[in-house]
Amino acid sequence: MSRLKNLFDQKSARVLNVYCTAGFPQLTSTLEVMESLQANGADIIEVGMPYSDPLADGEVIQSSSLMALENGMTIEVLFEQLASMRKTIHVPVILMGYMNPILQYGFERFCKAAKEAGVDGLILPDLPLFEFETIYGDTIKDSALDFIFLVTPETSEERLKKLDALSSGFIYAVSSSATTGKDKDFAKVAMYLKKLKAFRLKNPFLVGFGIKDKESFNAVNEYANGAIIGSAYIKALSTGGDINTITKNFLASILK
Amino acid sequence: MQLFDKKAEYQEPNQEGYYGEFGGAYIPEMLYGNVEELKHQYLDIMKDPDFQIEFHALLRDYVGRPTPLFYAERLSKEMGTTIYLKREDLCHTGAHKINNTVGQILLAQRLGKTKIIAETGAGQHGVATATVCALKGMECVVYMGEKDIERQAPNVARMKLLGAKVVPATSGSKTLKDATNEAIRAWINEPDTTHYIIGSVVGPHPYPDMVAKFQSVISDEIRKQLKDKTGAELPTHVVACVGGGSNAAGAFYHFLNEPTVNLVAVEAAGHGVYSGMSAATTQLGTTGILHGSKSILMQTKDGQVVEPHSISAGLDYPGIGPLHAYLFKSGRGTFTSATDEEALEWASHLSKIEGIIPALETAHAFAILPKMNFKPTDIVVVCLSGRGDKDLATYMSNIKM
Repeated sequence: MSRLKNLFDQKSARVLNVYCTAGFPQLTSTLEVMESLQANGADIIEVGMPYSDPLADGEVIQSSSLMALENGMTIEVLFEQLASMRKTIHVPVILMGYMNPILQYGFERFCKAAKEAGVDGLILPDLPLFEFETIYGDTIKDSALDFIFLVTPETSEERLKKLDALSSGFIYAVSSSATTGKDKDFAKVAMYLKKLKAFRLKNPFLVGFGIKDKESFNAVNEYANGAIIGSAYIKALSTGGDINTITKNFLASILK
Repeated sequence: MQLFDKKAEYQEPNQEGYYGEFGGAYIPEMLYGNVEELKHQYLDIMKDPDFQIEFHALLRDYVGRPTPLFYAERLSKEMGTTIYLKREDLCHTGAHKINNTVGQILLAQRLGKTKIIAETGAGQHGVATATVCALKGMECVVYMGEKDIERQAPNVARMKLLGAKVVPATSGSKTLKDATNEAIRAWINEPDTTHYIIGSVVGPHPYPDMVAKFQSVISDEIRKQLKDKTGAELPTHVVACVGGGSNAAGAFYHFLNEPTVNLVAVEAAGHGVYSGMSAATTQLGTTGILHGSKSILMQTKDGQVVEPHSISAGLDYPGIGPLHAYLFKSGRGTFTSATDEEALEWASHLSKIEGIIPALETAHAFAILPKMNFKPTDIVVVCLSGRGDKDLATYMSNIKM
């Protein structure tokens, strides 16, 4: 059974997925960050593979990506770093990234390497539904990786149904149409999430974009199975200092 | 060169926006609604008779079309052939870019949008967008690389004078690629009210096709004018510079399925194709995804997009439209390049031999003429895509006067 399914079978509320950029703040800090996230209460770890032109990301994640690239992070290096991660990491791990670097690495090779490293699922925001269905979806399925589609308040019911059917693990509900790291109008977000909950998706759903503190985390958990935090954590890491201390304080501020 | 049968495939992408293997719409879900709305409506809107009447009236009375097809007598003599210049430099705002912005602003109105965003490299597209926004009373925000803002000061001033807000793109190489990223992000953040006017035949489907169709007025006119002037149905060569490729797409469009017409696309080689300071995408690039479409782009082996170099901001782009990638890959188009130095030389030469100061981008197209070995019987059309006023500072510091 997939680690993600296992997780949601045991925990259906207040699931916390934290995003970190591979190779940030230092090239070799990826695993340290992941271990620290696990130790301090993250239920899922989402590792971002840095790209030079990350369209869906706001300034904070963009600049962490650029720094990671300057540090020398590549998909190749990342898989070397993740090769032994399952000795210490027991929570589900998903990779998030853009299509171009993966295509250059080789899509099939990428899926195989991810599975081998013990990765559980993929979030590829610029892989469209049509190309997923006609080209890439089978390869992902063959590698037994979960695939997590994004949905937004503008996603039609018909499309939502389709994206839910094709997703496994969970659904990534974008709180409002925006890039990462933007503040949100929570009354509006709540209306959307209420609707989404009533829709009774096949998959559990986590809310991302604009979740940055205890208040926003609690707010979306009224409706969702949990939330995804990215920019706020990267911002905290950017201040420098001891990774474990930063992570401990950050997650405590959300969960306690 | 390989000749092709008469096929519509070059003019019409398939339903998902592919020209061969290139194109598509690789966009995050946050943009799906907007792109889908465009995809469903652009053809119907463009075919609507009212739209056509308004579009062509504006092209005639506001842009100044048809632009002349000018027989360049001295240049022809020098090259030992017959050369015509398609005078897009005489368009309102000084370049072909306005053909597309006029079309897209009318489309945006029909989609009920109230705000326009755009990216710009050299500033020509930014000016053309700011101009039509002023014409239609729409709010306009133009994203422009910080580096380009410095090197294209007159166009920045023009946009501001026209009432547009110019936002510097400070990420990455601070040029066109990054301005495009910023514009797409801005669109993601304000999808309901905003239309994004892309300036080239790049971006997610339906942009490459839509922009090509708006620019196709160039080749439509060339065909008619050439027939009137020479009796010839077709030229033997059409030459145009290519960054993203909008003037080339427009100049090639009605010849795409005429296999006897050689389509010559000239990219910017910067300091030399293999100098490490170049923007010659088809020579240096590989298949990849940038700005929402699959095409050819300059990238590292790890798939990170490379920062290109060209002295002309309008050609300083690491990708190329999917239509051009297909013309290159299929052999239907001939892709060549000119260096910074050659472009400067030809900017100067064309000024002196024909009394026309071309834009730096356009000068690249002329720079390849001596290398083409034209026959005396050839009929060559060069798309003179823009005028050189905006490049005077560069010319003054690089050309001995």
